[in-house]
Order: sequence, then C-alpha cells, then structure tokens
Amino acid sequence: MEPFKLIHPNDQHAAIASSGAANVKFIAGGTNLIDLMKLDIEKPAQLVDINSLKLQTIEALPNGSVRIGALVKNSDLAYHPVIVKNYPVLSEALLSGASPQLRNMATVGGNLLQRTRCPYFYDTSFPCNKRVPGSGCSAINGYNRNNAVLGTSTQCIATHPSDMCVAMAALGAIVHVEGLTGKRQIPFHEFHLLPEQTPQYETTLKHGELITAVELPPIRYSAKSHYLKVRDRHSYEFALASAAVALNVSNGRIEAARVALGGVGTKPWRSVEAEKALVGAAADEQSYRNAAEAALNGAKPFKDNAFKIELAKRTLVRALKTVGGMS
Amino acid sequence: MNEIIGKPIDRVDGKLKVSGGATYSAEYFPKNMVYGVLVLSTIPRGRIRNIDTSQAERVKGVVGIMTYKNSMSLHFPQGTDPGSGKYAEKDLLPLQNNRIYYDGQVIAAVMAETFEKAEYAAKLVKVDYETESAIFDLKANISKSYKPSSGGSQLQLKRGDADAAWQNAEVKMEQTYTTPVYHHNAMEPHASVAEWNGDQLMVYDATQAVAGVKSLLASMLGLPPEKVKVVSLYIGGGFGSKGFTWPNPIVTAMAAKMVNCPVKLVLSRQQMFTTAGRRSETIQKIALASNSSGKLTVIKHDTISESSFVDEFVETAGLATSMLYSCPNVEISHSLVRLNKVTPCPTRAPGEAPGTYAIEAAMDELAYQLKMDPIQLRLLNYAEMDEQKQKQFSSKNLKECYQRGADAIGWSQRNPQPRSMRKGNYLVGYGMATATYLANRIASAAKATLYADGHAEILSATQDIGTGTYTIMTQIAAEAFGLPVDRVTVKLGDSDYPRGANSGGSQVTASVGPPIRAAALAVIGKLISLAVSDTASPLHGRKEEDIIADNGRMYLKNHTDRGESYTEVLNRKGLQKLEAQAKTNVSTREPQGSNAVATGGADAAAEEESKTNPAVQEDQNVDRKLYSFHSFGAQFVKVLVDPDLGTVKVDKAVAVMDIGKVLNLKTAKSQIMGGMIFAIGMALLEGTAYDPNNGRVVTRDLAQYLVPVNADMPQFDIQFIDQPDPYISPIGAKGIGEIGITGMTAAIVNAIYHATGKRVRELPVTLDKLI
Ligand SMILES: Cc1cc2nc3c(=O)[nH]c(=O)nc-3n(C[C@H](O)[C@H](O)[C@H](O)COP(=O)(O)OP(=O)(O)OC[C@H]3O[C@@H](n4cnc5c(N)ncnc54)[C@H](O)[C@@H]3O)c2cc1C
Ligand code: SF4
Repeated sequence: MEPFKLIHPNDQHAAIASSGAANVKFIAGGTNLIDLMKLDIEKPAQLVDINSLKLQTIEALPNGSVRIGALVKNSDLAYHPVIVKNYPVLSEALLSGASPQLRNMATVGGNLLQRTRCPYFYDTSFPCNKRVPGSGCSAINGYNRNNAVLGTSTQCIATHPSDMCVAMAALGAIVHVEGLTGKRQIPFHEFHLLPEQTPQYETTLKHGELITAVELPPIRYSAKSHYLKVRDRHSYEFALASAAVALNVSNGRIEAARVALGGVGTKPWRSVEAEKALVGAAADEQSYRNAAEAALNGAKPFKDNAFKIELAKRTLVRALKTVGGMS
Repeated sequence: MNEIIGKPIDRVDGKLKVSGGATYSAEYFPKNMVYGVLVLSTIPRGRIRNIDTSQAERVKGVVGIMTYKNSMSLHFPQGTDPGSGKYAEKDLLPLQNNRIYYDGQVIAAVMAETFEKAEYAAKLVKVDYETESAIFDLKANISKSYKPSSGGSQLQLKRGDADAAWQNAEVKMEQTYTTPVYHHNAMEPHASVAEWNGDQLMVYDATQAVAGVKSLLASMLGLPPEKVKVVSLYIGGGFGSKGFTWPNPIVTAMAAKMVNCPVKLVLSRQQMFTTAGRRSETIQKIALASNSSGKLTVIKHDTISESSFVDEFVETAGLATSMLYSCPNVEISHSLVRLNKVTPCPTRAPGEAPGTYAIEAAMDELAYQLKMDPIQLRLLNYAEMDEQKQKQFSSKNLKECYQRGADAIGWSQRNPQPRSMRKGNYLVGYGMATATYLANRIASAAKATLYADGHAEILSATQDIGTGTYTIMTQIAAEAFGLPVDRVTVKLGDSDYPRGANSGGSQVTASVGPPIRAAALAVIGKLISLAVSDTASPLHGRKEEDIIADNGRMYLKNHTDRGESYTEVLNRKGLQKLEAQAKTNVSTREPQGSNAVATGGADAAAEEESKTNPAVQEDQNVDRKLYSFHSFGAQFVKVLVDPDLGTVKVDKAVAVMDIGKVLNLKTAKSQIMGGMIFAIGMALLEGTAYDPNNGRVVTRDLAQYLVPVNADMPQFDIQFIDQPDPYISPIGAKGIGEIGITGMTAAIVNAIYHATGKRVRELPVTLDKLI
C-alpha cells in the first residue's frame, strides 16, 4: 500500500471542494477501495472520508419515486419496507451479494463504483489494460471463465460485478451527482461505460463528482419483480449469470417488461432487446426463451466462458417464469 | 471406574480460542521485533540478472533487505526420517543463488520497523530477469512422464497377470479421471517469529512438526540441535501445508540474524499459493474387469502427477486401490512429470483423497454397467485381507459401515435408474463410496508428572493443529492417572519436550496416546509402590495389583474405603512431584522405517526409562509387522441438482466410520465432518487455475479459490462403529484425521450421476459441466 492522507470533512461542499485535485478519492464503506489499495491497484494520495455527510436516508418522493442516499448501507436498503414491498428485485439483488458483514459496511455509492473481479486486474504482475492502459489484456487469451460475453472489446473483457446495479439497471434508476460545477442527474444506462478502447474509464462520473443519491422512478409493476443469481457455490460469490426482471402480465399477455443481466456483461446489462421481445407476447416458456435469445444475441464467448451464454439464457428464463408464471 | 475416554467433552482449549487467549505463532511480539515481507519471483524459469534494492532501502524504517547476494549460506538438511523434518524442496534452499524454477519462488525478504513499511518497500525491489522457456501444463507434457526414483517398489505394485485377465474378461470398464491442483488454504497463514539470543535460536512457527522444524533449522543453519527451540502452541489448520517445512521459518531465522533483532514473517494469502505447497493435479486411468456376475478379475490404476525441478513428491493415488477389494490381478503405477511450479506436498489425505475418488467412481460406473447395486458390488468383492501385503487387517468392520450408512441415507428408497428421481424442480440422486486411510503409528515419547497438589501434567513435542489433540490427550492421560480431566494439563508444541509424532498421516492419536498413557501409568505405578511400602499408608503391605487408582485416590479393589489420596502419599513422603517418561518404539512406514533417533535430553531419558517401564514394554507393538492397518468407512450422500441451471446441492451426507476406539465423540464427529466438507469442495468447487501463458497462479485468494461455505452444507449424519482395534495400541484408536475426505468426493460425483445421468470425470463438477 502507498502512503496516503485521510481527511474527514463533515459537510458536502467541503468534501467536494477537497476532491478536485488529481489522485484524491472518496471513501465510503471501504470494502472495495481498501482491498484495491492494499494490492497497489488504487494508489490515492489522499482519501476523503464521506461517512459524516448527510446522505443516509431513504425517502419516498411526492412524484412516486424513491430517493436513496448514497451512503445508505446495502443491508439497510435491502431490508427497507418500501424496497421489500415495491422493489423486491433490488432487495433480492442486494441480499445475494457479498456477506452480511460486508453489506453492513457497503454503501449504495460505493457499490455503483465497485471495480471488476477479473483476477488479472487484481495482480499487478500481469498486464491489464484496465489497470495500466496499453499494457495488454491477460484475460483474453488467459484464464477467462468468469469474464464477460456481452459488451467486450479487444482491450478488455471484464464483467461489472455488482448485483445491485443489475436491479437498478432494470428499474431505470437515476444517479444524482454533485461536483464543483453543480448538480447533474445521470440515467442508469448512461452511468457505466463499455470498455471499448479505454477500459480504464468505467463511468461517466467526472473526477471530483460525488454521488449523492440514486432515484428509483415509479414503475407500476415493480412489485412483480425478481432477481436470480447463479454461481458455483450457494453464497458469498459473484454471479456467473444473473437476471433482474419485472413483468406486467395481464390475461396471460405481457404488457410491460424490464430485463437486465449480470455476470455476463462488461456493464450492468439492461436488455431492451429482451424487453421488446416480451412486450405483447404470451406469458409462456416460448416467449421467455425468445427473450433470452434476444438478450444474448451477439454474445461472444472466450476459451473458458462459452457456457455463460446458455447459462444466462436459462437464468433469464427461470427468472421470467418465476415472476410471469406460465399461462 | 470413571470412564473418561470416549466422552464427548468440550475442547479443553475451546474457551481460550474463542476468547482470543490462545496465542498463535504470528501473535508473539518480542522486544525490538521488526517485520519481514517476502518478495517472490514473477517469471516461471530463468535467472535473476540483477536485483536492485536501492529504492526499497531508502524507505524510512527499512532495516535490512536479504537476497541471494547477501544472505548467509545454508547447509543441505541432514536426516531423512519424517521425525527429523522434511524440507519441502530439497534442491532449492531459499536465497542461495539466482536460479528461478517457478513463478512465486522466494527471492528476497525486506525487513522494516512496521509491517506497512516492509510491505511497501518490498514492492520497490526491482528485479531484472533472464527468462528461459518453462512448462507448466501437465496434460500437455505427459510425454515427459517418468517413474519416480523415490518410493521405489512401493509405488509400482503388481499381483497376478492383469493383461492376460483383461483379454479374457467378460465385463470391462476403462476410464480416466482427473483432479486439478488444490491448495490447502488453512485459515492461519504460515507465520514465523525468530529471535536469536547469542547463538541460541528461538522460533515460533506455525507448523505440524515442531521437532522437525527444530532439526531442520539446526542442520540447515549449522547449529547443534540443543541451540534451537521451536514452539507452536496453537495452529489454525495445516492440512499438510505445514507438514513439510517451507522457506518461512528458515528465512525468518536468517533475517533475524542479519538485522540483529527478532523478525516476524507472515505469508499473505496470495503468497501461500506458491510458497507453502499444494496438491498435484492428477490424471488417473482406471481399468476394471469382472465376470458377468460382478466378481472383479482386473484392477489397474495408473496415476500421473506432477513434481517440480527441485524435488520429487508423488501423489500416491493408487496405493489404497491395492488393498481395497479382493481381486487376483492388480496393477498399480505412479508416474511423474516435472513442471515449473512449486513442489507439491501432502494435502488432506495425500494419495487417498484423489485416489479413492477415481477408484470409487470407477466402481460406481462398473456397477451401473453390470446393472448391479453399488453396495452389492462392493460386498461381492469385499477384501477379507490385504491381498497386496498378504496380511490380515488389524481390524475391519466395513460391512457394518455399508449397512448402517445405507439405512441412514434411506438407500432402499433409491430407484436405481439414473435421472429417475425428482423432488419439485430438482433431480434427486443417491451415491455412495468406500472411505479408507492408513492407520499409521510412529515412535513417540511423552513425560508425565504428578504434583503434590494433586494435579498432573503431560509434555510431548507433538502438536494440536486444530483437531482436538489437546483434548483427547487430556482424556487419555486423565484416565491413566486416575484423575478428573480438569486436574490434568497437557502441554504440546514445544521442541524441548520429549519428541512426539509430527501431525501428519493421521497418526498423532495412535502414536502419542500410548506413550502418554504409559508415562502416566508409570507415575501411578511408582505412587502405588510408595504406598504399599510405607507403613503409614492404609495400603501398606498390599499387593500392587489389588490396588485401583481413580479420581485422585488409591484404594483396595474390594474395599473402596481402604485407601488414601495421591496427595496424602506425596505429602507424607515430602515429594513435590513424581515423574516418568515413556517412549514407544513402533514404526509403521515400512519399508522406510522411521524409528526416529533420540536427540538427547528428554528423548534419551524417555528411552532409558522405557526399558524398565512395564507399561511401555507391554506396548512394543510387534503386531505392526503382522497386520495391515487401515481405517475404513462408508460415505453416502443425497444430492439435489437443478436440471436447467446445473447447480448441485448436497442435501444429506452420511458417514459411518470404523476408526477403532472413539476417544471423544464430539471431536471425532467434527474431524470427520471437516473431511467431508473438504470433499464437497473437491467434488464441486475447488481447483487452482494457472495462467496458460506464464504459469502464474490466477486464483490467488479465497474469492477466486472457492471453498464451501455455510450455505453449501448438507445435513450431516456421522456415526462410528467404535470397536477398539486390538493390535494398534492398548488404546485401540486408529487414524481419524484424514479419512473423512476419502470416498466422499466419489460419493457426491456418483450421486450426481444418479441424479442426472451425466458422468463427469474431471473435477470439480461445476455447473457448466451439467447444463
Ligand atoms: C469478499 C467480497 C465479496 C463481495 N461480493 C459481492 C457480490 O456478491 N455482489 C456484489 O454486488 N458485490 C460484492 N462485493 C462488493 C461490494 O458490494 C462492494 O465492495 C461495496 O458495494 C462497495 O461499497 P463501499 O461503500 O464499501 O465502497 P468503497 O470501497 O468505499 O468505495 C468504492 C469506490 O467508490 C467510490 N465512492 C464511494 N462512495 C462514493 C460517492 N458517494 N461518490 C463518489 N464516489 C464514491 C470510492 O472512491 C471508490 O472508488 C463484495 C466485496 C467483497 C470484499
Ligand atoms: S479483462 Fe480487463 S480487467 Fe481483465 S485483464 Fe483484461 S483488461 Fe484487465
């Protein structure tokens, strides 16, 4: 670990003001950042501890949205009655992640920005374009069982590891941020970036911008939603494939649908293609399978991860069946 | 008499451990101690052209950097018996030259005032390599396999004529089974703290062999053994990786000498993947033939495993196969391929864990081929004796294990047709397999002392690696002393004590139990002699054999009120204490016998005393030569498989074990359960991935190297036959340490086949292989 300074501002403006300089990072729960610092992957010269900021609340807004403060702990969010009732997909996604101890520390803001679990990214002895731009990608021709099949580039094939983000992608969340130049709202699908030629850039957040909240817009049928995560062991592991779905089914017809996939994409993977395939179709296995084919259309396998394509399809079909039933 | 042996008492060190009071090796802080951090190679083969430490040296707080250029020279270790310790890589003593044999090899140690500074500076050590071409893929290099020189004829076994019988066989089954590289991944990392006091060296080390580390340190550093002391009071698991000695204690001692103050060196989880051993990958070809009714006519088991370029270690997967079933024509072979990876070493039932996986999966395949119940096939080919060694088993109650296991899992409800059973969305499968492991025993010594205040103490330089050795040795001693357990203290893990067994090969209980018992009995014998010859004693003039010692009192067999307490005798005689030592001279590792040579001090005293000590003489155990000693068991599992997603849940797991006398039902169950959990890992999750291009370990932490977690646990039902083995020792306990993992892996894989109709022969059976 590189030596660093740590400051504890207790108001938002001070925090933002102190984060403008290069090589300064916010620290929230620290469950990802500290690990990365110990392994010399992140080397901030200064950490800005944001835990004293007033970003810990979950509020139902008059327009029907729910606004979640950036410092809300993953466990508090997962067990919040409004989330449990109206957004089970989000609650389930959060509870499928990490362990209770980690969820008690991890925050919404930190979860949005958690970095990939590609093993090569974690070992500074290996070339990795995400860690050292231009050094090469060790995973493409290396061990890549856990890597992505959707959204990959010639420079990087790492998955985005978050479960929470997959649910938020499906729900079309909005990320609220504030920087020295003011406040912005970023739609979820514009928040994370594809690796393309610059895998070191993972989001559209600008340096020094603070995530203040995530807003869940109202969706009439979001109570009919589900998150299914498939992995090698039954707990405490990142997804090999996961699916976040919400369905509005009426008289055996799908009227509206939200679909996102995890574990297979280089970013939390909202599948508009799958949603299109579902809307207007009968709520039956064939429609679910069609949606799954649409979602994985264009998926590109690598040496060890070809199975993820079929696994993701089956995961999505199972999740859709669970919510939409079989008519 | 109050029976203490067998009682499921709580661990005597349990409270200390859960309250943080048990001191592990990394938790010593001698005055002026500094921290050492290792630097490891990042190429798989070649030379260090230049190693530049200048930047690291400039870090404030760095007190020394040791590389091959400035380190002291080491001697090659002397002595080959297991008791004197095995240095893990005989041709690669740490920091002696610039050659690199594998990625992750120790090439420097940086010492600084704080761990953080040492760690930071270690990253600043710049190494310029001259890289040479390397090989690290076993399957791609099978053509380079050879028959190992070590182990000799023991590893290539033959009886009958397998080739001829194969030609004429009615039913044949031939398949290849593979297991990947495994890493032990004990919770406690390897850790050493070394302190020199003049030429006297004190080392706290996380080890399965304090006596072994002591003699290795002495011989490698060129010191007389009495100048070295090694202590390991509590160990957070070893699983074989702390059985051989790896660079850490040696480098720590060298570093402490160099910087002239105590040094602590703890491996990181990542470093444990290349500097603390591993299990070799195996490729096992099994050929079984039988007549049409299932009687075996041929068993062939050919194992290819890896070794390194700096030592030879054989994963003896085929050895158990030679005695597991009755069969006239048997051929067992072991071959090695040398690769540029760290040398493998014993790992969680070395040999038997992968070996029983392959043979027991093959037996299952044969059973299905014959349309025969897998238990029936095993009973039909039941080995009444060890046909390879041509000896009777010391004890074997395996038939009862099969029977009880089948009842407990509900085997009779099983529809033998694969993929025929369902529960909701899941496919249901039942599988079973035979478990077995050697019942080893080696020479060991112990000292027993009874104090005038009525408490007793046992000393032996064996160790408790987390298995409960302290607890069961306390029970053995308490019963022999005739004292309640809370009056007996067992002290282990200190090389100054009489030499006990190394904690490997499932041998500690059988090896150290007898001398502890003998020494305690000898003390009580002395006490009784004192009483009967003392006119002031109510037992004066009585025959010694008529006197019973129990609960701190001696009394006449038929007159319990006629007697006196231990303390009364000692106090009347003005004795502070009464002591005795015992050494049992038994060896099981034929033909590489290991009658460890006593190294003076306590051992010599034990040896001497044993010559006249009737309790020990009764236990020379000539039976070791006459019988074949093994523990046995039967493992049964029920699995649930999601047919769409390929996920497997072990729903119920039953083990019925024949491990001789059960000394403590609670620790025994825990030990077997731990082994069964290892097997869940082996069957479904574990396996180290290497980068195919440069041979560096990719899965270097517990997020990437998956071991089972709570959510993966089945309902366990663990039972014991609990019949003492009449020949292993007067205590009757056979090995229990490692047998839990054996057979279980095959039972799971067999159950998956029964559930799905898919036979996966390459471990682990991950979901991608089932969808
Ligand atoms: C062993 C383990 C297992 C895990 N398993 C899972 C899993 O199964 N599924 C899953 O989804 N996740 C998993 N995680 C990841 C976990 O969810 C993240 O580590 C956690 O959400 C990060 O939150 P944090 O508050 O601790 O972030 P930190 O570590 O504090 O920060 C992470 C990043 O976010 C930045 N940051 C934090 N807050 C803000 C803010 N308000 N504004 C701007 N920048 C900010 C920091 O600068 C840093 O770059 C696992 C983690 C571990 C260690
Ligand atoms: S996939 Fe991305 S993170 Fe992984 S090695 Fe390649 S560039 Fe690095």
